[in-house]
Amino acid sequence: MRERSFTPSRILIYLAVSLIAVAWLAPLAVVVLNSLRTNEEIAQGSMIGWPQHLAWANYAAAWSGFCVAETCAGIRPYMLNSALVTIPATIFSTLLGAIAGYAISLWRFRGDTWIYGIVTLGLFLPQQMRLLPWTIVLRDIGLINTLAGLVLIHTIQGLSFTTLFCRNYYVAIPHELIRAARIDGAGFFRIFWRIILPLSGPILIVTVIWQFTHIWNEFLYGVTFTTGQQQPVTAALIALSAAVADIPQHGVQSAAVIIAALPTLLIYLLGGKYFVRGLTAGAVK
Amino acid sequence: MRPARPALPEWVRRLPEYLMIWVPLLLSAAHLVSFSLWTIWISFTPSTLIPVTGWVGLRNYSAVAASRNWQIAFDNLLLFGSAFVVLSAATGLILAILLDQRIRGENVLRSIFLYPLAVSFVVTGTVWSWLLNPGLGIQKLVHDLGWTSFRFDWLIDRDMAIWTIVIAAIWQSSGFAMALFLAGLRSVDADIIKAAQIDGAGPVRIYRRIILPSLWPITITVVVIQLQFAISTFDLVRALTNGGPGIATQLPALVVYDLMFQRSLLGRGAAAAVLMLLILLAVLLPYAAWRYAQRRRAAYA
Repeated sequence: MRERSFTPSRILIYLAVSLIAVAWLAPLAVVVLNSLRTNEEIAQGSMIGWPQHLAWANYAAAWSGFCVAETCAGIRPYMLNSALVTIPATIFSTLLGAIAGYAISLWRFRGDTWIYGIVTLGLFLPQQMRLLPWTIVLRDIGLINTLAGLVLIHTIQGLSFTTLFCRNYYVAIPHELIRAARIDGAGFFRIFWRIILPLSGPILIVTVIWQFTHIWNEFLYGVTFTTGQQQPVTAALIALSAAVADIPQHGVQSAAVIIAALPTLLIYLLGGKYFVRGLTAGAVK
Repeated sequence: MRPARPALPEWVRRLPEYLMIWVPLLLSAAHLVSFSLWTIWISFTPSTLIPVTGWVGLRNYSAVAASRNWQIAFDNLLLFGSAFVVLSAATGLILAILLDQRIRGENVLRSIFLYPLAVSFVVTGTVWSWLLNPGLGIQKLVHDLGWTSFRFDWLIDRDMAIWTIVIAAIWQSSGFAMALFLAGLRSVDADIIKAAQIDGAGPVRIYRRIILPSLWPITITVVVIQLQFAISTFDLVRALTNGGPGIATQLPALVVYDLMFQRSLLGRGAAAAVLMLLILLAVLLPYAAWRYAQRRRAAYA
Protein backbone atom coordinates (compact mmCIF):
# COMPACT_ATOMS: atom_id res chain seq x y z
CA MET A 1 0.00 0.00 0.00
CA ARG A 2 1.19 3.48 -0.84
CA GLU A 3 0.57 4.91 2.63
CA ARG A 4 2.70 2.31 4.39
CA SER A 5 5.92 3.10 2.55
CA PHE A 6 8.46 5.39 4.24
CA THR A 7 8.28 8.54 2.17
CA PRO A 8 9.86 11.76 3.52
CA SER A 9 6.43 13.10 4.45
CA ARG A 10 5.66 10.01 6.51
CA ILE A 11 8.97 10.28 8.32
CA LEU A 12 8.05 13.88 9.09
CA ILE A 13 4.68 12.79 10.47
CA TYR A 14 6.31 10.21 12.74
CA LEU A 15 8.87 12.77 13.88
CA ALA A 16 6.13 15.27 14.73
CA VAL A 17 3.95 12.86 16.72
CA SER A 18 6.97 11.50 18.59
CA LEU A 19 8.13 14.98 19.58
CA ILE A 20 4.67 15.99 20.77
CA ALA A 21 4.30 12.71 22.66
CA VAL A 22 7.60 13.35 24.44
CA ALA A 23 6.46 16.86 25.36
CA TRP A 24 3.16 15.46 26.65
CA LEU A 25 4.88 12.83 28.77
CA ALA A 26 7.62 15.12 30.07
CA PRO A 27 5.68 16.56 33.04
CA LEU A 28 4.76 13.07 34.19
CA ALA A 29 8.34 11.87 33.76
CA VAL A 30 9.66 14.86 35.70
CA VAL A 31 7.39 14.15 38.68
CA VAL A 32 8.14 10.43 38.67
CA LEU A 33 11.88 11.08 38.58
CA ASN A 34 11.65 13.75 41.27
CA SER A 35 9.68 11.47 43.51
CA LEU A 36 12.82 9.30 43.57
CA ARG A 37 15.33 12.08 44.23
CA THR A 38 16.27 13.44 47.65
CA ASN A 39 15.44 17.01 48.55
CA GLU A 40 19.14 17.94 48.63
CA GLU A 41 19.64 16.57 45.16
CA ILE A 42 16.76 18.68 43.81
CA ALA A 43 17.92 21.78 45.70
CA GLN A 44 21.43 21.49 44.20
CA GLY A 45 20.20 21.18 40.62
CA SER A 46 16.75 21.71 39.15
CA MET A 47 13.43 19.86 39.20
CA ILE A 48 14.50 18.23 35.97
CA GLY A 49 17.11 15.54 36.42
CA TRP A 50 17.95 11.90 36.83
CA PRO A 51 17.91 10.39 40.37
CA GLN A 52 21.40 9.55 41.68
CA HIS A 53 20.04 6.76 43.82
CA LEU A 54 16.43 5.80 44.18
CA ALA A 55 15.01 7.61 47.21
CA TRP A 56 12.04 5.37 47.88
CA ALA A 57 11.82 6.98 51.33
CA ASN A 58 9.97 9.87 49.64
CA TYR A 59 6.97 7.60 49.12
CA ALA A 60 6.94 6.46 52.72
CA ALA A 61 7.17 10.07 53.89
CA ALA A 62 4.47 11.19 51.45
CA TRP A 63 2.15 8.34 52.38
CA SER A 64 2.33 8.54 56.14
CA GLY A 65 5.07 10.87 57.37
CA PHE A 66 5.04 14.51 56.37
CA CYS A 67 3.17 17.21 58.24
CA VAL A 68 0.30 19.43 57.13
CA ALA A 69 -0.33 22.02 59.84
CA GLU A 70 0.21 20.18 63.15
CA THR A 71 -0.77 16.68 62.03
CA CYS A 72 1.97 14.47 60.64
CA ALA A 73 0.11 11.59 59.02
CA GLY A 74 1.13 12.13 55.42
CA ILE A 75 -1.34 11.90 52.58
CA ARG A 76 -2.96 8.68 53.79
CA PRO A 77 -5.92 10.13 55.74
CA TYR A 78 -6.78 12.44 52.82
CA MET A 79 -6.61 9.59 50.33
CA LEU A 80 -9.00 7.72 52.58
CA ASN A 81 -11.30 10.77 52.71
CA SER A 82 -11.32 11.00 48.93
CA ALA A 83 -12.11 7.30 48.64
CA LEU A 84 -14.89 7.56 51.23
CA VAL A 85 -16.46 10.41 49.26
CA THR A 86 -15.81 9.20 45.73
CA ILE A 87 -16.89 5.56 45.98
CA PRO A 88 -20.34 6.03 47.57
CA ALA A 89 -21.09 9.18 45.56
CA THR A 90 -20.18 7.37 42.34
CA ILE A 91 -22.39 4.40 43.20
CA PHE A 92 -25.38 6.47 44.34
CA SER A 93 -25.29 8.92 41.46
CA THR A 94 -24.87 6.15 38.89
CA LEU A 95 -27.69 4.01 40.30
CA LEU A 96 -30.11 6.93 40.67
CA GLY A 97 -29.13 8.23 37.23
CA ALA A 98 -29.78 4.81 35.70
CA ILE A 99 -33.27 4.63 37.24
CA ALA A 100 -34.08 8.23 36.30
CA GLY A 101 -32.73 7.78 32.78
CA TYR A 102 -34.77 4.60 32.40
CA ALA A 103 -37.94 6.26 33.69
CA ILE A 104 -37.51 9.28 31.42
CA SER A 105 -36.63 7.41 28.25
CA LEU A 106 -38.81 4.28 28.42
CA TRP A 107 -41.56 4.84 30.95
CA ARG A 108 -42.60 8.45 30.33
CA PHE A 109 -44.48 10.34 32.99
CA ARG A 110 -46.12 13.72 33.31
CA GLY A 111 -43.62 16.57 33.18
CA ASP A 112 -40.70 14.33 32.28
CA THR A 113 -39.23 16.54 29.57
CA TRP A 114 -39.37 19.56 31.88
CA ILE A 115 -37.67 17.81 34.76
CA TYR A 116 -35.10 16.33 32.42
CA GLY A 117 -34.37 19.73 30.89
CA ILE A 118 -33.84 21.33 34.29
CA VAL A 119 -31.65 18.48 35.56
CA THR A 120 -29.37 18.70 32.53
CA LEU A 121 -29.06 22.45 33.15
CA GLY A 122 -26.73 21.33 35.93
CA LEU A 123 -24.11 20.55 33.28
CA PHE A 124 -23.81 24.22 32.39
CA LEU A 125 -24.54 26.26 35.52
CA PRO A 126 -21.28 27.38 37.13
CA GLN A 127 -20.51 25.78 40.49
CA GLN A 128 -20.07 29.28 41.91
CA MET A 129 -23.84 29.87 41.74
CA ARG A 130 -24.37 27.05 44.24
CA LEU A 131 -21.55 27.58 46.71
CA LEU A 132 -23.37 29.83 49.18
CA PRO A 133 -26.66 27.89 49.20
CA TRP A 134 -24.82 24.61 49.72
CA THR A 135 -22.94 26.15 52.65
CA ILE A 136 -26.21 27.10 54.31
CA VAL A 137 -27.97 23.82 53.54
CA LEU A 138 -25.04 21.73 54.78
CA ARG A 139 -24.86 23.79 57.97
CA ASP A 140 -28.59 23.50 58.59
CA ILE A 141 -28.61 19.72 58.20
CA GLY A 142 -25.40 19.39 60.23
CA LEU A 143 -23.24 18.05 57.41
CA ILE A 144 -20.82 20.93 56.98
CA ASN A 145 -17.20 19.79 57.26
CA THR A 146 -18.18 16.12 56.92
CA LEU A 147 -17.49 13.57 54.24
CA ALA A 148 -21.20 12.72 54.18
CA GLY A 149 -21.88 16.31 53.11
CA LEU A 150 -19.56 15.94 50.12
CA VAL A 151 -21.17 12.60 49.23
CA LEU A 152 -24.58 14.29 49.25
CA ILE A 153 -23.40 17.15 47.03
CA HIS A 154 -21.68 14.91 44.51
CA THR A 155 -24.63 12.52 44.38
CA ILE A 156 -27.16 15.26 43.64
CA GLN A 157 -24.92 17.17 41.26
CA GLY A 158 -23.81 13.97 39.57
CA LEU A 159 -27.41 13.22 38.59
CA SER A 160 -27.12 15.78 35.79
CA PHE A 161 -24.42 13.73 34.11
CA THR A 162 -25.59 10.24 34.97
CA THR A 163 -29.21 10.84 33.98
CA LEU A 164 -28.10 12.32 30.66
CA PHE A 165 -25.70 9.46 29.89
CA CYS A 166 -28.19 6.73 30.79
CA ARG A 167 -31.16 8.40 29.13
CA ASN A 168 -29.25 8.79 25.86
CA TYR A 169 -28.34 5.13 26.00
CA TYR A 170 -31.79 3.84 26.96
CA VAL A 171 -33.71 5.69 24.23
CA ALA A 172 -32.12 3.26 21.78
CA ILE A 173 -33.66 0.22 23.53
CA PRO A 174 -36.69 -0.98 21.56
CA HIS A 175 -39.96 -0.02 23.26
CA GLU A 176 -41.53 -3.30 22.15
CA LEU A 177 -39.36 -5.06 24.68
CA ILE A 178 -40.85 -3.00 27.48
CA ARG A 179 -44.38 -3.30 26.13
CA ALA A 180 -44.13 -7.08 25.94
CA ALA A 181 -42.84 -7.27 29.51
CA ARG A 182 -45.68 -5.07 30.72
CA ILE A 183 -48.24 -7.28 29.04
CA ASP A 184 -46.69 -10.16 30.94
CA GLY A 185 -47.38 -8.23 34.13
CA ALA A 186 -43.90 -6.97 34.93
CA GLY A 187 -43.77 -3.71 36.87
CA PHE A 188 -41.41 -0.78 36.82
CA PHE A 189 -38.71 -2.32 38.99
CA ARG A 190 -38.96 -5.85 37.61
CA ILE A 191 -38.42 -4.52 34.08
CA PHE A 192 -35.51 -2.46 35.32
CA TRP A 193 -33.78 -5.39 37.07
CA ARG A 194 -34.59 -8.08 34.51
CA ILE A 195 -34.37 -6.26 31.19
CA ILE A 196 -32.74 -2.85 31.47
CA LEU A 197 -29.91 -3.53 33.89
CA PRO A 198 -28.54 -6.57 32.04
CA LEU A 199 -28.40 -4.42 28.90
CA SER A 200 -26.71 -1.52 30.66
CA GLY A 201 -23.15 -2.79 31.06
CA PRO A 202 -21.43 -0.44 28.60
CA ILE A 203 -23.19 2.73 29.74
CA LEU A 204 -22.73 1.94 33.43
CA ILE A 205 -18.97 1.53 32.90
CA VAL A 206 -18.83 4.88 31.10
CA THR A 207 -20.86 6.55 33.85
CA VAL A 208 -18.86 5.05 36.70
CA ILE A 209 -15.51 6.02 35.16
CA TRP A 210 -16.77 9.52 34.42
CA GLN A 211 -18.18 10.07 37.89
CA PHE A 212 -15.19 8.56 39.66
CA THR A 213 -12.63 10.76 37.89
CA HIS A 214 -14.86 13.82 38.24
CA ILE A 215 -15.44 13.41 41.96
CA TRP A 216 -11.91 12.31 42.79
CA ASN A 217 -10.45 15.32 40.97
CA GLU A 218 -12.94 17.84 42.34
CA PHE A 219 -11.39 20.63 44.37
CA LEU A 220 -13.70 23.62 44.84
CA TYR A 221 -16.34 21.90 46.98
CA GLY A 222 -13.69 20.05 48.95
CA VAL A 223 -11.86 23.23 49.86
CA THR A 224 -15.05 25.19 50.52
CA PHE A 225 -17.01 22.78 52.68
CA THR A 226 -14.29 20.90 54.56
CA THR A 227 -11.24 21.89 56.58
CA GLY A 228 -8.25 20.15 58.14
CA GLN A 229 -8.69 16.44 58.70
CA GLN A 230 -11.89 16.22 56.67
CA GLN A 231 -10.43 17.44 53.38
CA PRO A 232 -10.20 15.34 50.24
CA VAL A 233 -6.75 14.76 48.78
CA THR A 234 -6.95 17.54 46.15
CA ALA A 235 -7.49 20.14 48.87
CA ALA A 236 -4.79 18.57 51.06
CA LEU A 237 -2.26 18.80 48.22
CA ILE A 238 -2.74 22.56 48.04
CA ALA A 239 -2.44 22.83 51.82
CA LEU A 240 0.72 20.71 51.61
CA SER A 241 2.42 22.90 49.03
CA ALA A 242 1.65 25.94 51.18
CA ALA A 243 2.96 24.14 54.29
CA VAL A 244 6.31 23.15 52.79
CA ALA A 245 6.89 26.46 51.02
CA ASP A 246 9.51 27.60 53.56
CA ILE A 247 11.44 24.31 53.65
CA PRO A 248 11.13 22.88 50.13
CA GLN A 249 10.55 19.13 50.06
CA HIS A 250 10.00 18.61 46.38
CA GLY A 251 10.92 14.95 46.47
CA VAL A 252 8.23 14.16 49.02
CA GLN A 253 5.76 16.49 47.34
CA SER A 254 6.31 14.77 44.00
CA ALA A 255 5.64 11.41 45.61
CA ALA A 256 2.45 12.82 47.13
CA VAL A 257 1.36 14.15 43.74
CA ILE A 258 1.91 10.73 42.16
CA ILE A 259 -0.04 8.94 44.90
CA ALA A 260 -2.93 11.41 44.63
CA ALA A 261 -3.11 11.02 40.87
CA LEU A 262 -2.75 7.24 40.87
CA PRO A 263 -6.42 6.18 41.26
CA THR A 264 -7.66 8.18 38.28
CA LEU A 265 -4.58 7.36 36.20
CA LEU A 266 -5.17 3.64 36.83
CA ILE A 267 -8.84 3.97 35.91
CA TYR A 268 -7.80 5.78 32.74
CA LEU A 269 -5.29 3.09 31.83
CA LEU A 270 -7.80 0.30 32.48
CA GLY A 271 -10.84 1.92 30.94
CA GLY A 272 -9.41 4.49 28.54
CA LYS A 273 -11.85 3.52 25.79
CA TYR A 274 -14.82 4.12 28.06
CA PHE A 275 -13.28 7.32 29.40
CA VAL A 276 -13.15 8.71 25.87
CA ARG A 277 -16.70 7.53 25.22
CA GLY A 278 -17.82 9.42 28.31
CA LEU A 279 -16.03 12.56 27.14
CA THR A 280 -17.58 12.48 23.72
CA ALA A 281 -21.02 11.51 25.04
CA GLY A 282 -20.93 14.50 27.36
CA ALA A 283 -19.82 16.72 24.50
CA VAL A 284 -21.92 15.79 21.53
CA LYS A 285 -25.32 14.86 22.92
CA MET B 1 -51.50 -20.58 40.42
CA ARG B 2 -50.42 -17.45 42.26
CA PRO B 3 -52.22 -16.49 45.42
CA ALA B 4 -54.42 -13.47 44.88
CA ARG B 5 -52.81 -10.21 45.98
CA PRO B 6 -54.56 -8.02 48.51
CA ALA B 7 -56.23 -5.23 46.61
CA LEU B 8 -54.15 -2.15 47.18
CA PRO B 9 -54.94 1.13 45.50
CA GLU B 10 -52.91 1.68 42.35
CA TRP B 11 -50.95 4.64 43.72
CA VAL B 12 -49.93 2.81 46.91
CA ARG B 13 -48.68 -0.13 44.90
CA ARG B 14 -46.66 2.17 42.72
CA LEU B 15 -45.40 4.39 45.53
CA PRO B 16 -41.84 2.95 45.66
CA GLU B 17 -41.47 3.55 41.97
CA TYR B 18 -42.72 7.14 42.20
CA LEU B 19 -40.36 7.78 45.10
CA MET B 20 -37.34 6.35 43.29
CA ILE B 21 -38.00 8.43 40.18
CA TRP B 22 -39.25 11.65 41.64
CA VAL B 23 -37.26 12.19 44.81
CA PRO B 24 -33.79 12.31 43.21
CA LEU B 25 -34.96 14.12 40.08
CA LEU B 26 -36.94 16.69 42.04
CA LEU B 27 -34.06 17.22 44.47
CA SER B 28 -31.69 17.74 41.57
CA ALA B 29 -33.99 20.08 39.66
CA ALA B 30 -35.13 21.94 42.75
CA HIS B 31 -31.64 22.55 44.04
CA LEU B 32 -30.47 23.85 40.67
CA VAL B 33 -33.38 26.27 40.34
CA SER B 34 -33.75 27.37 43.94
CA PHE B 35 -30.00 27.69 44.60
CA SER B 36 -29.51 29.79 41.50
CA LEU B 37 -32.48 32.02 42.32
CA TRP B 38 -31.26 32.36 45.91
CA THR B 39 -27.78 33.44 44.77
CA ILE B 40 -29.33 35.93 42.36
CA TRP B 41 -31.48 37.30 45.20
CA ILE B 42 -28.49 37.59 47.57
CA SER B 43 -26.64 39.54 44.91
CA PHE B 44 -29.24 42.31 45.33
CA THR B 45 -29.05 42.43 49.13
CA PRO B 46 -26.56 44.18 51.45
CA SER B 47 -25.41 40.77 52.83
CA THR B 48 -21.87 40.68 54.12
CA LEU B 49 -20.93 38.05 56.67
CA ILE B 50 -24.39 36.46 56.80
CA PRO B 51 -27.30 36.59 54.36
CA VAL B 52 -29.71 39.41 55.19
CA THR B 53 -32.84 40.75 53.55
CA GLY B 54 -32.92 44.15 51.98
CA TRP B 55 -32.45 45.65 48.57
CA VAL B 56 -29.48 47.56 47.28
CA GLY B 57 -30.31 47.38 43.59
CA LEU B 58 -27.24 46.98 41.44
CA ARG B 59 -24.83 48.34 44.02
CA ASN B 60 -23.04 45.01 44.50
CA TYR B 61 -22.67 44.67 40.75
CA SER B 62 -21.22 48.16 40.34
CA ALA B 63 -18.85 47.56 43.27
CA VAL B 64 -17.61 44.30 41.73
CA ALA B 65 -17.34 45.78 38.25
CA ALA B 66 -15.43 48.80 39.57
CA SER B 67 -12.95 46.73 41.58
CA ARG B 68 -9.45 46.31 40.17
CA ASN B 69 -9.59 42.64 41.06
CA TRP B 70 -12.58 42.00 38.79
CA GLN B 71 -11.32 44.23 35.97
CA ILE B 72 -8.04 42.32 35.86
CA ALA B 73 -9.90 39.01 36.17
CA PHE B 74 -12.20 39.95 33.30
CA ASP B 75 -9.36 41.11 31.04
CA ASN B 76 -7.46 37.93 31.89
CA LEU B 77 -10.51 35.84 31.06
CA LEU B 78 -10.80 37.48 27.63
CA LEU B 79 -7.11 36.88 26.93
CA PHE B 80 -6.90 33.41 28.50
CA GLY B 81 -10.25 32.31 27.06
CA SER B 82 -9.51 33.32 23.48
CA ALA B 83 -5.86 32.22 23.46
CA PHE B 84 -6.62 28.90 25.14
CA VAL B 85 -9.63 28.08 22.96
CA VAL B 86 -7.92 28.92 19.67
CA LEU B 87 -4.61 27.24 20.53
CA SER B 88 -6.08 24.11 22.11
CA ALA B 89 -8.52 23.62 19.23
CA ALA B 90 -5.63 24.10 16.77
CA THR B 91 -3.41 21.69 18.70
CA GLY B 92 -6.23 19.17 18.93
CA LEU B 93 -6.91 19.43 15.20
CA ILE B 94 -3.24 19.01 14.31
CA LEU B 95 -2.95 15.99 16.61
CA ALA B 96 -6.10 14.48 15.13
CA ILE B 97 -4.89 14.98 11.54
CA LEU B 98 -1.50 13.46 12.41
CA LEU B 99 -3.13 10.46 14.08
CA ASP B 100 -5.46 10.06 11.12
CA GLN B 101 -2.52 9.23 8.79
CA ARG B 102 -2.74 5.50 9.52
CA ILE B 103 0.36 5.51 11.66
CA ARG B 104 1.65 2.72 13.83
CA GLY B 105 1.05 2.96 17.55
CA GLU B 106 -2.00 5.17 17.14
CA ASN B 107 -3.64 3.80 20.26
CA VAL B 108 -0.60 4.44 22.44
CA LEU B 109 -0.19 7.97 21.10
CA ARG B 110 -3.87 8.74 21.61
CA SER B 111 -3.58 7.57 25.21
CA ILE B 112 -0.53 9.79 25.75
CA PHE B 113 -2.31 12.88 24.42
CA LEU B 114 -5.41 12.20 26.50
CA TYR B 115 -3.97 11.19 29.86
CA PRO B 116 -3.67 14.72 31.32
CA LEU B 117 -7.48 14.92 31.20
CA ALA B 118 -7.78 12.07 33.67
CA VAL B 119 -5.66 13.85 36.26
CA SER B 120 -6.84 16.54 38.64
CA PHE B 121 -6.14 20.19 37.79
CA VAL B 122 -4.62 20.49 41.24
CA VAL B 123 -2.01 17.91 40.30
CA THR B 124 -1.26 19.28 36.84
CA GLY B 125 -1.21 22.85 38.14
CA THR B 126 1.30 21.88 40.82
CA VAL B 127 3.54 20.08 38.35
CA TRP B 128 3.49 22.96 35.88
CA SER B 129 4.28 25.42 38.65
CA TRP B 130 7.51 23.49 39.22
CA LEU B 131 8.41 23.23 35.55
CA LEU B 132 7.80 26.93 34.95
CA ASN B 133 9.40 28.15 38.16
CA PRO B 134 12.60 29.92 37.00
CA GLY B 135 14.57 28.77 40.06
CA LEU B 136 13.50 25.13 39.78
CA GLY B 137 12.34 24.19 36.33
CA ILE B 138 13.14 24.65 32.69
CA GLN B 139 15.10 27.92 33.12
CA LYS B 140 17.25 26.42 35.90
CA LEU B 141 17.95 23.32 33.82
CA VAL B 142 19.10 25.37 30.83
CA HIS B 143 21.27 27.53 33.11
CA ASP B 144 22.86 24.44 34.63
CA LEU B 145 23.63 23.19 31.15
CA GLY B 146 25.68 26.32 30.56
CA TRP B 147 23.38 28.74 28.72
CA THR B 148 23.16 31.27 31.55
CA SER B 149 21.52 34.10 29.64
CA PHE B 150 18.45 31.95 28.90
CA ARG B 151 15.28 33.45 30.33
CA PHE B 152 11.94 31.72 30.82
CA ASP B 153 10.47 33.42 33.85
CA TRP B 154 6.87 33.95 32.73
CA LEU B 155 5.55 32.51 35.98
CA ILE B 156 6.87 35.51 37.95
CA ASP B 157 6.46 38.07 35.17
CA ARG B 158 3.30 40.14 35.65
CA ASP B 159 2.63 40.50 31.95
CA MET B 160 3.46 36.96 30.93
CA ALA B 161 2.18 34.91 33.89
CA ILE B 162 -1.28 34.46 32.33
CA TRP B 163 0.43 32.63 29.44
CA THR B 164 1.74 29.98 31.81
CA ILE B 165 -1.90 29.15 32.54
CA VAL B 166 -2.59 29.01 28.81
CA ILE B 167 0.32 26.56 28.36
CA ALA B 168 -0.79 24.28 31.19
CA ALA B 169 -4.44 24.40 30.09
CA ILE B 170 -3.51 23.49 26.50
CA TRP B 171 -1.42 20.58 27.68
CA GLN B 172 -4.27 19.47 29.93
CA SER B 173 -7.17 19.61 27.52
CA SER B 174 -6.19 19.70 23.85
CA GLY B 175 -6.43 15.89 23.95
CA PHE B 176 -10.16 16.36 24.38
CA ALA B 177 -10.36 18.46 21.21
CA MET B 178 -8.26 15.78 19.50
CA ALA B 179 -10.71 13.04 20.50
CA LEU B 180 -13.68 14.95 19.06
CA PHE B 181 -11.86 15.95 15.86
CA LEU B 182 -10.61 12.41 15.34
CA ALA B 183 -14.16 11.10 15.58
CA GLY B 184 -15.15 13.72 13.00
CA LEU B 185 -12.30 12.87 10.64
CA ARG B 186 -13.21 9.19 10.79
CA SER B 187 -16.83 9.87 9.92
CA VAL B 188 -16.08 11.65 6.63
CA ASP B 189 -17.57 9.69 3.77
CA ALA B 190 -14.79 7.49 2.33
CA ASP B 191 -16.47 7.38 -1.10
CA ILE B 192 -16.21 11.14 -1.54
CA ILE B 193 -12.51 11.03 -0.69
CA LYS B 194 -11.95 8.16 -3.09
CA ALA B 195 -13.78 10.04 -5.84
CA ALA B 196 -11.59 13.10 -5.25
CA GLN B 197 -8.47 10.91 -5.37
CA ILE B 198 -9.56 9.49 -8.70
CA ASP B 199 -10.03 13.04 -9.96
CA GLY B 200 -6.37 13.60 -9.10
CA ALA B 201 -6.69 15.66 -5.91
CA GLY B 202 -3.70 15.50 -3.55
CA PRO B 203 -3.99 15.01 0.22
CA VAL B 204 -3.63 18.75 0.98
CA ARG B 205 -6.43 19.61 -1.43
CA ILE B 206 -8.63 16.84 -0.05
CA TYR B 207 -8.17 18.14 3.49
CA ARG B 208 -8.79 21.75 2.51
CA ARG B 209 -11.76 21.19 0.27
CA ILE B 210 -13.51 18.13 1.66
CA ILE B 211 -12.43 17.03 5.12
CA LEU B 212 -11.88 20.27 7.04
CA PRO B 213 -15.14 21.96 5.91
CA SER B 214 -17.06 18.96 7.24
CA LEU B 215 -15.54 19.51 10.69
CA TRP B 216 -17.32 22.84 11.30
CA PRO B 217 -20.03 21.50 13.61
CA ILE B 218 -17.41 19.70 15.73
CA THR B 219 -15.23 22.80 15.82
CA ILE B 220 -18.11 24.85 17.20
CA THR B 221 -18.84 22.21 19.85
CA VAL B 222 -15.15 22.09 20.85
CA VAL B 223 -14.95 25.89 21.09
CA VAL B 224 -18.10 26.18 23.21
CA ILE B 225 -17.06 23.44 25.63
CA GLN B 226 -13.53 24.80 25.99
CA LEU B 227 -14.91 28.32 26.53
CA GLN B 228 -17.20 26.98 29.20
CA PHE B 229 -14.19 25.37 30.84
CA ALA B 230 -12.15 28.58 30.56
CA ILE B 231 -14.87 30.66 32.23
CA SER B 232 -15.06 28.38 35.26
CA THR B 233 -11.30 27.74 35.57
CA PHE B 234 -10.39 27.68 39.23
CA ASP B 235 -8.30 24.70 40.37
CA LEU B 236 -5.63 25.07 37.70
CA VAL B 237 -4.91 28.70 38.59
CA ARG B 238 -5.20 28.05 42.31
CA ALA B 239 -2.48 25.39 42.04
CA LEU B 240 -0.31 27.03 39.39
CA THR B 241 -0.10 30.72 40.37
CA ASN B 242 -2.84 31.27 42.97
CA GLY B 243 -3.75 34.39 41.02
CA GLY B 244 -0.26 35.84 41.35
CA PRO B 245 2.20 37.41 41.01
CA GLY B 246 0.13 40.01 42.86
CA ILE B 247 -3.24 39.65 41.15
CA ALA B 248 -1.80 39.32 37.64
CA THR B 249 -3.45 35.95 36.89
CA GLN B 250 -6.73 36.60 38.66
CA LEU B 251 -9.78 34.99 37.01
CA PRO B 252 -13.51 35.47 37.77
CA ALA B 253 -13.86 32.12 39.56
CA LEU B 254 -11.08 33.12 41.98
CA VAL B 255 -12.65 36.53 42.57
CA VAL B 256 -15.97 34.87 43.50
CA TYR B 257 -14.23 32.55 45.96
CA ASP B 258 -12.20 35.40 47.44
CA LEU B 259 -15.26 37.61 47.95
CA MET B 260 -17.45 34.85 49.39
CA PHE B 261 -15.09 32.96 51.65
CA GLN B 262 -12.04 35.09 52.31
CA ARG B 263 -13.52 38.57 52.59
CA SER B 264 -17.03 37.45 53.63
CA LEU B 265 -18.74 39.86 51.26
CA LEU B 266 -21.63 37.55 50.38
CA GLY B 267 -23.63 40.09 48.37
CA ARG B 268 -20.68 41.02 46.21
CA GLY B 269 -19.54 37.42 45.87
CA ALA B 270 -23.02 36.47 44.68
CA ALA B 271 -23.00 39.37 42.23
CA ALA B 272 -19.66 38.19 40.86
CA ALA B 273 -21.07 34.64 40.52
CA VAL B 274 -24.08 35.98 38.61
CA LEU B 275 -21.72 37.95 36.35
CA MET B 276 -19.91 34.66 35.67
CA LEU B 277 -23.24 33.09 34.77
CA LEU B 278 -23.99 35.98 32.39
CA ILE B 279 -20.62 35.55 30.66
CA LEU B 280 -21.40 31.85 30.30
CA LEU B 281 -24.86 32.58 28.89
CA ALA B 282 -23.29 34.92 26.34
CA VAL B 283 -21.48 31.84 25.04
CA LEU B 284 -24.15 29.19 25.53
CA LEU B 285 -27.28 30.96 24.27
CA PRO B 286 -25.97 31.58 20.74
CA TYR B 287 -24.77 27.98 20.73
CA ALA B 288 -28.19 26.70 21.83
CA ALA B 289 -29.84 28.80 19.11
CA TRP B 290 -27.41 27.43 16.53
CA ARG B 291 -28.07 23.85 17.63
CA TYR B 292 -31.80 24.45 17.47
CA ALA B 293 -31.57 25.89 13.96
CA GLN B 294 -29.41 22.98 12.88
CA ARG B 295 -31.86 20.40 14.24
CA ARG B 296 -34.74 22.10 12.48
CA ARG B 297 -32.83 22.15 9.23
CA ALA B 298 -32.04 18.47 9.68
CA ALA B 299 -35.71 17.75 10.37
CA TYR B 300 -36.84 19.47 7.16
CA ALA B 301 -34.09 18.07 4.98
